[in-house]
Amino acid sequence: MNTSISFADHHDKAPMRSRLERVLRSGRFAVTAELNPPDSADPQEVYDAALVLSSICDGINAVDASGANCHMSSVAICALLTRAGYEPVYQVSCRDRNRIAIQGDLLGAAAMGVRNVLCITGDDVTAGDQPEAKRVFDLDSIQLLHTARIMRDYGVYLSGRKLTVPPPLFLGAAENPFAPPFDWRPQRLAKKVAAGAEFIQTQYCFDIPRFRTFVQRVRDLGLHQKCFILAGVGPLRSVGAAEFMRTKVPGVYIPDAMIERLKGAPKNKQRAEGKKICIEIIQQVREIAGVAGIHIMAYRQEELVAEIVEEAGLLPRPFRAEAPHPVRERLWHRPEEPAR
Amino acid sequence: MTAFLRSRPALLEKTYQLAERAAWALNPLIARIGYARVERLIKPAEDFAKERIFGCHHCGQCILHSTGMSCPMECPKNLRNGPCGGVRPNGHCEVKPETRCVWVVAYENSQQMPIYGHELIEIQPPVNRRLEDTSAWINMLTGVDKRVPAGWIPIEEVGVAHRA
Repeated sequence: MNTSISFADHHDKAPMRSRLERVLRSGRFAVTAELNPPDSADPQEVYDAALVLSSICDGINAVDASGANCHMSSVAICALLTRAGYEPVYQVSCRDRNRIAIQGDLLGAAAMGVRNVLCITGDDVTAGDQPEAKRVFDLDSIQLLHTARIMRDYGVYLSGRKLTVPPPLFLGAAENPFAPPFDWRPQRLAKKVAAGAEFIQTQYCFDIPRFRTFVQRVRDLGLHQKCFILAGVGPLRSVGAAEFMRTKVPGVYIPDAMIERLKGAPKNKQRAEGKKICIEIIQQVREIAGVAGIHIMAYRQEELVAEIVEEAGLLPRPFRAEAPHPVRERLWHRPEEPAR
Repeated sequence: MTAFLRSRPALLEKTYQLAERAAWALNPLIARIGYARVERLIKPAEDFAKERIFGCHHCGQCILHSTGMSCPMECPKNLRNGPCGGVRPNGHCEVKPETRCVWVVAYENSQQMPIYGHELIEIQPPVNRRLEDTSAWINMLTGVDKRVPAGWIPIEEVGVAHRA
């Protein structure tokens, strides 16, 4: 095992591993967006969802059963996306797989052309619709990050066994600046950077003062020079949806003032108000030194993402010209809907 | 009694420090008697005390003093490098809303711990699941609790990524 290669050396010599990395390292304000994972065995549903995102963002996140609700697996979504020429961000959570499965999937994903990986702990099984499931959590997100980095930089599994070709991955992690203990969060981010995180996607940002304080501390620690910070944002659909998110979705914090503002809008205008708030938040986080981009999570409102990115003044995206042609394929013909 | 001890992390870490010194002092004797034999003797007492005070889950590789005397295996996600992003605004657990997040407690406690409090920043390696239900004290003396997977390059040796 060659332990003499330092990470800095690796960077100087290594070519950029992904389009997202190239955008970030060029100093451009980056945009990533979450893909709504299908409950389907039809690849076309992935392509349809990706098509609306492809030309307006630099990376498409494939979630790993977020909220512990089962959907098409993230590694499969990523494989479909790379086949069509898209740029996926492969989310790997520690909830459902042990270290053996995860390392195998990292290799498999890289072999399918996946270059961005987001290492996360994952919501607990009790957050989803199958709370009876066994939780795994063999590794935690920081151990997972370091494991992926070891595989990439040292070309070995955790066991020390050699890989013939290591996976060339751009490694990311998540952080939630809006959950206690607030003073510890920047320190925990430092741990993630030490474990190999090169980019960070945060939880939904609705509390700008709190986020500003967080990024200030991150700058004090010099972390913004070691990793790229993408602020998580998303449009609120309605007062009801906002209340649901802050009570039922783990780790989402929405200040009362935000809810009040939505309530101020008539019911049929709340969606537009939610979008407006989202654009305002994007413009505010963009002004914060040390923020390198945004990550848009528009659960079940994917059609809004393009409008948000455009109205926030973030178009065109640098790789727009390379946006792929959609792959047209059908797994099978769907059965006709029964007549009612 | 448990609540009294749990609210005094400084006392707990001092007790730990003394116990650790005593264990190392007795190590030659323990080695002569045989680790397995001593383990059979002390395991019930260790379990009894740790279960009551810390809610021990018998992982066999105790890092309590590095995590603010708050057992990370008490975390439903078993995070050795917590807390996760699901901590509720009141500092309670995402999974068990009635209990405080073990990592919120770990952070608060570590600030009252002059001896080991700074160790909270250390990155903990993956758990060796084979040590489950063995004596953490004996594992400390034999050194098996420090053994990491062969490919686990220590973080300090890797250095930190630098943005170009």
